[in-house]
Amino acid sequence: MVERQSPLEPEFHVGSHGNFEHGVEILLTETRPGSIVQLAAWPGEEKKLIAAIRTVVGLALPDGAGGGMSDGAKSVFGFAPGKFTVADEAEGLAAAFAKAVTPDIGTVTDLSHGRTAIRIAGPKAEWVLAKFFAIDFALPAFPVGAGRSTVHHDVFAQIHRTGTDQFDLYVFRSFARSFWKALCHACEEVGYEVQ
Amino acid sequence: MLITCPYCGPRDVIEFTYQGDGNRERPEPASQNFEAWNAYVYDRLNPAGDHNEIWQHSGGCRAHLRVVRNTLTHEISSVAFVRGDHGSGARRKAEDKP
Ligand SMILES: [Zn+2]
Repeated sequence: MVERQSPLEPEFHVGSHGNFEHGVEILLTETRPGSIVQLAAWPGEEKKLIAAIRTVVGLALPDGAGGGMSDGAKSVFGFAPGKFTVADEAEGLAAAFAKAVTPDIGTVTDLSHGRTAIRIAGPKAEWVLAKFFAIDFALPAFPVGAGRSTVHHDVFAQIHRTGTDQFDLYVFRSFARSFWKALCHACEEVGYEVQ
Repeated sequence: MLITCPYCGPRDVIEFTYQGDGNRERPEPASQNFEAWNAYVYDRLNPAGDHNEIWQHSGGCRAHLRVVRNTLTHEISSVAFVRGDHGSGARRKAEDKP
């Protein structure tokens, strides 16, 4: 496997930063999935696409808008009507979906090189993200497993809640370094650690 | 101003792009009816009250929405997908409603 270069690299500084004298309250990591794939169903074919997701990654999507789940290695969530983002630690997801999602069901778009996945975790994760995105991060409104599509200024972001205090952010690779720097600045006042 | 997207829920207006008057009817592309084209391009109802509008949730699910907005109060009385054929999974569950 060829080592993929991170767009964050010049600004990715492992260690504790900001106001961490009283402990770090945020953990930032780049999850570097091997595969990031976007799936879209033709109208009326949504159920077949959800079945294909179950076949390929073994995750049964919950019903409803923005529903999703993660098993640690693989993640899936809805981000628009009939559209889903799937990420996997392993490479090759697009090829697997190209077999399962036949042209009469929908489309498969390989975004493995097009998105950067940033994980923000810790007791202040919700609080920091609330500075960025005008959406409700409270657990009842944004349950674990659910996904959201939103923007930070003009940087489109998909947010997947993979834990009570943990969120995976998918941003355009070309904007990722700028987004990362802004995120680090936002974390400074609570103290953060980059791993 | 908040618009409650049928997929994403209540979102700030900055996430949306106005796509124009929802009352217009586009003539057939090959139409030679200049009156109809003129009406499509220029004629607007400009109501002081409820107005049919098309908005795109460009900073979210990117769906196109039919919105009824009161031009005097900005009150939004209805939001629906322009496309009516999104499956049931495209709608927020009742308990998710704000
Ligand atoms: Zn939406």
